[in-house]
Amino acid sequence: MELTKDEEKSLNGEHGEALQTAYRILSATGEATDAEKLVPIHWAHVSGVNYNTIGDAGEEFLAGLSKKAKFKVRTTVNPMGYDKDSVEKFGLDENFIQKQESIRASYKKMGVTPSFSCIPYEIYDMPQEGTHVAFAETNAAIYANSIGKLKTNKESAFSALASAITGKSPYSDLRKDDSPTMSIAMKVSDPNELTFGLLGYFAGKVADKSVAISGVKNLDKRCNKSLCASMGTSGTCGKFVLDDNSGASEKVDFDEKEMQKVYDELNTAESGDLITLGSPQLGLEEMNDLASMLKGRAFKKRCLIFCPRPIQEQARHLGYAGQLESAGCELMSDCCTCLTPLVTKKDADSVTTNSIKGAYYLKNSNGLDVNLKPLSEIVRDETS
Amino acid sequence: MTLKTIVRGKVSGKVVKSNQPINFLGSVDKKTGEVTDQKHDLFGKKIAGSILVFPNGVGSSVGAYTIYSLKSNNSAPAAMACQKADLTVASGCALANIPLFILSPDEYDSMKDGDEISLG
Repeated sequence: MELTKDEEKSLNGEHGEALQTAYRILSATGEATDAEKLVPIHWAHVSGVNYNTIGDAGEEFLAGLSKKAKFKVRTTVNPMGYDKDSVEKFGLDENFIQKQESIRASYKKMGVTPSFSCIPYEIYDMPQEGTHVAFAETNAAIYANSIGKLKTNKESAFSALASAITGKSPYSDLRKDDSPTMSIAMKVSDPNELTFGLLGYFAGKVADKSVAISGVKNLDKRCNKSLCASMGTSGTCGKFVLDDNSGASEKVDFDEKEMQKVYDELNTAESGDLITLGSPQLGLEEMNDLASMLKGRAFKKRCLIFCPRPIQEQARHLGYAGQLESAGCELMSDCCTCLTPLVTKKDADSVTTNSIKGAYYLKNSNGLDVNLKPLSEIVRDETS
Repeated sequence: MTLKTIVRGKVSGKVVKSNQPINFLGSVDKKTGEVTDQKHDLFGKKIAGSILVFPNGVGSSVGAYTIYSLKSNNSAPAAMACQKADLTVASGCALANIPLFILSPDEYDSMKDGDEISLG
């Protein structure tokens, strides 16, 4: 990768340790993706905020970095481990809270916009089409490329952090060429958001960088988010287009049989001890939808709902939050179903959710069994 | 022949080889370096000190922190060698200073689990 004189100096440490670290990361990712140069980016969304996932090594790294680094562009961050307002309900140990607060303080020191959300695209105005951003959260990167028409690679926690500090990212992969190399024909009839989640997980496994999906006209927000999140979980693919005539050379079908295979891989329980909704976190539209679906009904089990703080505030103002709470939902912000320390073996053996991404991490990281159902069936079966 | 060096270094060690991509965040214990994903072909194996040969990284972007944590906890592979580099593995190895190589298809195929090899 060709660096400018100034970038070269930064890599050699002439502009301080923080920039040197950042350019070391960008040099590696640039080399890995055969980039010829760095390009400016206008927004970074960084992952690696939850103490549950980054641990002591991550906490110490960020504490050290924050003494020397400042974010150069607008930088939003992924969810952390808990909702500050209800942390006492969950019996987390003091060490966890102390380390999580240290991580929060480190990001603050570097100048973060404290979003603590995996759906920055539903909280902030999206930049103009074609703008380069650097999104690490995989669902957000795929959403930004596919629906927001922005340009980002499926950044890693460190590559997005390096982009936040330098305002640059290697010009490669999807930034350069995002034409689909594979086309998946959707053959399942009457799909819901779970179907699109299963399709996304399948797509992530078979497609490389960018994929066309044929046989689908329009997707609502819930289906779009489900597709983005599951695609990000299983593979490296960072973009989809709904296109019946993409001209992609490779073609595969997603039929009932393929769908069942993915379902059987991820669904490990007949029912759940509790319900989690919001992986990715729910946006305002989904909160409104759910409140309507729950009119006159209440959950028979504990139901945790994860949403960004600004969305919760709007939902409260508009009355949805109150309606959801009346139906027995517990609303939580700043955190997410995925990789939460709030749902563990201590609390439940199994969880019901409509999220493929949630299912993957609840199973693999939290060790819980998962019962997968679309939202309509969750409401039908779990409320009265 | 190694096609490309992403993070430089000279290493010798025993190959631990997988034919499946790795989601470091969901599948590897960052303290012990043990693969915890029951569906993975490396399930139950420890990757610490090995030359970890696998197709590529997948999934969570936070996997880069898992790689960095493995190094801090002395449980990291001595080096990694992949078919193709992804941003999570490349950036994790860069920060943790774990040598990372991209292999040619022939070289990738010829490496067998348990082989003693030198790279770099």
